[in-house]
Amino acid sequence: MKKTNKPRKITIDPVTRLEGEAKISIFLNDKGDVENAYFQVVELRGFERFCQGRPVEEMPRIVTRICGVCPGAHHMASGKAVDDVYHVDIPSPAKKLRELFYCAHMIHSHLAHFYALSGPDFVVGPDADPAKRNILGIIEKVGLQVGSEVIKHRSYAQNIQGIIGGKATHPVCNLPGGLSKAINSEERKKIEDMAISLVEFSKFSLKLVEDVILKNKGYMDLITSDPYRHETYYMGMVDESNRINFYEGDIRVVNQRGEEYAKFKPKDYLNHIGEHVEPWSYLKFPYLKNVGWKGLIDGPDSGIYRVNSLARLNAAEGIPTLLAQEAYEKMYETLGGKPAHFTLAFNWARIVEMMYASERLLELVRDEEITSKDIRIIPTETPTEGIGCVEAPRGTLYHHYWTDEEGMIEKVNLIVATGQNNGPMCISIKKAAQSLIKKFQVKEELLNMIEMAFRAYDPCLACATHMLPGQMPLEVNIYDSQKNLFNRLKR
Amino acid sequence: MKAKKMKLAIVTGSTCEGCGISILDLNEKLLDLTALADIVYWVLAMDFKRHDLEKFKKKDIDICIHHGTIRTSEHVHIANLLRKKSKILISFGSCSCFGGIPGLCNVTNREDIFKAVYKETPSTVNTKFIIPQKKITHNGHELTLPELYDDGMALDQVVAVDYYLPGCPPQVELIERLIPIIKEFLGTGKLPAKGTVIAPEKNLCDECPLERENKIIDKIVRPHKVIPDPKICLLEQGILCIGPATRGGCGAQCINALMPCRGCMGPTTDINDQGAKMIGAIASILGVEKEQDLSSEEVEKLMDQIKDPLGTFYRFTLPVASINKSYKEKGLE
Repeated sequence: MKKTNKPRKITIDPVTRLEGEAKISIFLNDKGDVENAYFQVVELRGFERFCQGRPVEEMPRIVTRICGVCPGAHHMASGKAVDDVYHVDIPSPAKKLRELFYCAHMIHSHLAHFYALSGPDFVVGPDADPAKRNILGIIEKVGLQVGSEVIKHRSYAQNIQGIIGGKATHPVCNLPGGLSKAINSEERKKIEDMAISLVEFSKFSLKLVEDVILKNKGYMDLITSDPYRHETYYMGMVDESNRINFYEGDIRVVNQRGEEYAKFKPKDYLNHIGEHVEPWSYLKFPYLKNVGWKGLIDGPDSGIYRVNSLARLNAAEGIPTLLAQEAYEKMYETLGGKPAHFTLAFNWARIVEMMYASERLLELVRDEEITSKDIRIIPTETPTEGIGCVEAPRGTLYHHYWTDEEGMIEKVNLIVATGQNNGPMCISIKKAAQSLIKKFQVKEELLNMIEMAFRAYDPCLACATHMLPGQMPLEVNIYDSQKNLFNRLKR
Repeated sequence: MKAKKMKLAIVTGSTCEGCGISILDLNEKLLDLTALADIVYWVLAMDFKRHDLEKFKKKDIDICIHHGTIRTSEHVHIANLLRKKSKILISFGSCSCFGGIPGLCNVTNREDIFKAVYKETPSTVNTKFIIPQKKITHNGHELTLPELYDDGMALDQVVAVDYYLPGCPPQVELIERLIPIIKEFLGTGKLPAKGTVIAPEKNLCDECPLERENKIIDKIVRPHKVIPDPKICLLEQGILCIGPATRGGCGAQCINALMPCRGCMGPTTDINDQGAKMIGAIASILGVEKEQDLSSEEVEKLMDQIKDPLGTFYRFTLPVASINKSYKEKGLE
């Protein structure tokens, strides 16, 4: 190998298992160490622009198509935004019914991600045969019965959303003033039966985490290792007692030591969040405006913050349901206290949250108001501007609409969950690459290690896609300075 | 003897991945599909890279399912590549069939989208108006991005398509119809006629559970302004419902949730243009018997009652609509 033929650029194209499209480009310096790594999002659809001119009441039915994996989150944030546009406070049963739908939505997303996507790295093993590192490998390890339980409970979570939302994928029930349809007692009973089963399934999943991950020192060492640790700010929605809530509350931001840095109403988000643009990605980089944009670095001086499961738990002081609170305490005890900065622990936090969503689902379906027909009011005020915010499975989601007095959209602003983790994902990928690639030696493990760095964020990945059986090879092409293919790593 | 298996590829344009989720909603029936076919390419699930796809010989892949709108240079490249490598190419979901909701971008262009997203949105801090570049040198590193087009397109506006499976996302009952088709192809080599739409050839109104009285209405009401009678046709209650211009097969799920149809299944084969058909349907329900006799003034008056006819009648089909070209040329919206 001649010196001039040393590889200088590594491209992973496309990055797979991502909702949307992306690629990773890694650049080496003269010594063969990683100089920089870029996580590039390679498309844009422009909902902010083409929603202009649409009637605002249609927005909950249009924005669902931003994401088919978390359409429920966009439908909910949009539903709250259109209520706000018309200055209506929807009836209490309507809020409960929306939150009930939303619990099922969170369960669907978290369950699919854990079992189909991130789970294989831990349950099967980070260094297991890559061909087994998928849902089939999990089934092989824990038994066929678990596989059918996963499929069954994923379909329960979809069914509940379908009963309330009309369709599970791309629900239609929200409109300004509430929901289009109440549930009857027969539907309530169906949901209750599924909720009982989902609570049990969440318990089982927590036990699986304990048995398979916590009892394995190797996994715990990996979770707490330096390549996967970043000290950042964390953001999440909290209730009046600073406990987590996915549907309604204030936004709390904690610093690297876990102290409250900011707490604000969702409607004040523009005072706290700015979005930076880089010419090499279609996805913007949100940051804490009052700390400032300092580039793609972590630490207290950088406005980079994280969202999604672990960030939410870091930003809160507890969980309002019994079993989830127990699991929460156990997680932090094991991880050495709060906040936990370990990227891979997002996966664990997801199961703690699934426990909460299941318990809350059961609570709500047994609420005496849940079958009330008082789920809608007709807005009478002149529409103006509105903001809707929920915790999407992948983090805080803001929808902001401005209309004319007829309720036709004039302007739209969207800050989506995965966007907020864009900066952190870039940092995580670079750190993982830097720790693995030295002196032109690109080790095989790099492939999965880099994937694990972004997979923990569940970057709006098509969660359930790993349900499919089959081998999952990955390839990294390494180019020399003349851009000739120098080496190809394959597993 | 081991049964012969098909090679199945799943590729995307600009997609929300709801189509992927709909395939997973097959639940245990997914195993029936994978018993018939090996999935040889699925960016979202399987970690095969572009290189693996390029290795396939001409017509080496039996069936390719494509979902998503054609929006970037990359999407066109993928569409051409898969057309070449596949025996059968299926447009799956409304984006691939008609352009879908992302196709509403055709009311505007790239420049305006960049301006809205990277400049005018109030959270954006970008005084120098930096925008994504096709090719840029950043700290001495050359980085590239695919080109975003002004317009969104349906798959068959780029390459020839063999079959269509509409819906946003397609219903499980319709996806299941693929299984006997694949079985037949495996066994006898027989296939449905080219251009077949894998969905019923009937109108949504034919399967709608609500009652119609064929009555004439005098005004249009917006869905949030009225609580509808849950038994009566929404259109006859004055709520715009695109059912008369829309193919059935979706199970009328939106209507069962008491929300009007927005036309995601697209038109039936005998309807050329979904929006034009809907305008005719509205004219007749508003008591205008012969819509072709309307003066342009009368049409305007009629349309004045309808907020955003473009975004309502062509919500899922704008890129393939005849109107797409004409208003683009006039710079109208």
